[in-house]
Amino acid sequence: MLKIVVCIKQVPDTKGGVSFNPDGTLNRAAMLAIMNPDDKAGLEAALRIKDSQDAEVTVITMGLPKAEAVLREALAMGADKAILITDRVLGGADTWATSSTIAAGLKKLDYDIIFTGRQAIDGDTAQVGPQIAEHLQIPVISYAEKVEIDGNDVIVQRQYEDRYHKIKTSMPCLITALAELNEPRYMTPGGIIDAVDAEITVWGRADLPDLDDANIGLAGSPTKIAKASDKVKKGVGEKVDMDPQEAVDWLIGKFTEKHII
Amino acid sequence: MNLEEYKGVFVFAQQVDNELGNISFELIGKAKDLAKDLGTTVTAVLVGSDVKELVTPLAEYGADRVIVVDDPELKVYKTEPYAHALSEVIKEFKPDIFLIGATAIGRDLGPTVSARVATGLTADCTQLEIGDFPLNPIPGKEDEQKHNQLLMTRPAFGGNTIATIACPDNRPQMATVRPGVMQKITPVKGAEAEVVEFNPGFKPDRRYVEILEIVKNVSEAVDIQDAKILVSGGRGVGSPENFAILKDLAEAIGGEISCSRAVVDSGWMPKDMQVGQTGKTVRPKIYFAIGISGAIQHVAGMEESDVIVAVNKDETAPIFDVADYGIVGDLNKVVPLITAAVKQIMADK
Repeated sequence: MLKIVVCIKQVPDTKGGVSFNPDGTLNRAAMLAIMNPDDKAGLEAALRIKDSQDAEVTVITMGLPKAEAVLREALAMGADKAILITDRVLGGADTWATSSTIAAGLKKLDYDIIFTGRQAIDGDTAQVGPQIAEHLQIPVISYAEKVEIDGNDVIVQRQYEDRYHKIKTSMPCLITALAELNEPRYMTPGGIIDAVDAEITVWGRADLPDLDDANIGLAGSPTKIAKASDKVKKGVGEKVDMDPQEAVDWLIGKFTEKHII
Repeated sequence: MNLEEYKGVFVFAQQVDNELGNISFELIGKAKDLAKDLGTTVTAVLVGSDVKELVTPLAEYGADRVIVVDDPELKVYKTEPYAHALSEVIKEFKPDIFLIGATAIGRDLGPTVSARVATGLTADCTQLEIGDFPLNPIPGKEDEQKHNQLLMTRPAFGGNTIATIACPDNRPQMATVRPGVMQKITPVKGAEAEVVEFNPGFKPDRRYVEILEIVKNVSEAVDIQDAKILVSGGRGVGSPENFAILKDLAEAIGGEISCSRAVVDSGWMPKDMQVGQTGKTVRPKIYFAIGISGAIQHVAGMEESDVIVAVNKDETAPIFDVADYGIVGDLNKVVPLITAAVKQIMADK
């Protein structure tokens, strides 16, 4: 039986529903927490493999206790097992510390394929997937837009800016999924009911003996935040709402006045 | 780790099909500024097969030294052996700073290499400078403030926040840098660089994946990052056929066409025309946003444009928050009128 592990992350939804406080800062509390879209594509890819052959899909996440919600969603979509890595001492981790921690969790599992999303929509780094592969010393294929199983091998279409590579690798391997990879399925009503009561394995720091204290949490993160600020919004320009010809005359007037063209 | 041993600003000179990308020259341009502040030199790391002829352009764009890792195994990019090449260069030459382009290659190579040499990596930087960490000394602990640190600034949270990040206790300080953001220098004809050949040896193992096929996208279009003027369309354009009115304007004004993610997702335009967080960062002289609502992911890729013009029928569209000139109206009426007016101006010149 093929063992597939999918790494998922709970992220605030930055698409469309971005909400600001009166002082212009981001109102995170008002934003929906969702399963990161690239990760969901990784989960769907795993579930499609399970649709066609004997496979077990385990989802794993690291985060606050409330991240359990995305694990239940994954179970309702068809994942078999769910693991939550959560511990106060793991907080504030950069990508090095995060990947070290998740890799330590993965070492406790059997896996043939690990899926991660290419990147999460909050940090946008695209680092944790390849770094997990490095910690586990397994091949990584990033930016997957198509995945097929061929016997003991995996064949992946790997996207670049102006081309794609069709890549073959043996298992175990790690694949980072693009949201374009597929259209994730919905949760099933039966799945939702089962997921509510499903058991979720929770691991804390003590459950990850392979992990070095030097590599966890804020203290174990090589990168440190010097400064963080909400982006200063650009001064609002001029806007007109008038007859199209008048509006265009106004625009062209600005262009010539300011020597833009 | 003795941080003092690590010296110099290194950049990964990315080549594909033995052609250097603009990003390599942009990184050298930025590295020169940083090296000047630190009183050190710029080294380009050139990795590939039969790539020695690329040393000259790297020198002309400002590299003081080029480390060439040339091996048949490196003909086409694969995570392994490229990660091995860069990690071994880092172990041997001990750079203080290592910059990589935030391309589809760099965003795979960077994290693998940084994990292998156990240092930090800051992704998709849009600003790099030398400064102190912490920015201000902590009272009573003034001597703990570190100087001459690389301060790496990047957008996060879909472009809603900006963070400045340092890597004070590990070396090299590594960053991937958004293409199209840093400025390359005007090349100096005849400039020469010191050339160092280095081959750490490559022994394929199972982490060397097999490439079965390489398929290039057929697109005759120019790189939108090179365009001086962009006429960019969003979902509001309505159909792929309707991009004709944008093309007319682009042609009249001497620009190119680009688009938003929604347009690529709908299959109207190829991916390499896409502006934004998951597309390309552009900073043309004029950016026309036509029927683009202005989601933050899009704005993150074009807000540095010199002049932004927005045409949208929805007066509350967020694109108007970043536009210098906004016209609320039907793009099907407004755009052809702009085209006609531009043609008139061009004819008068």
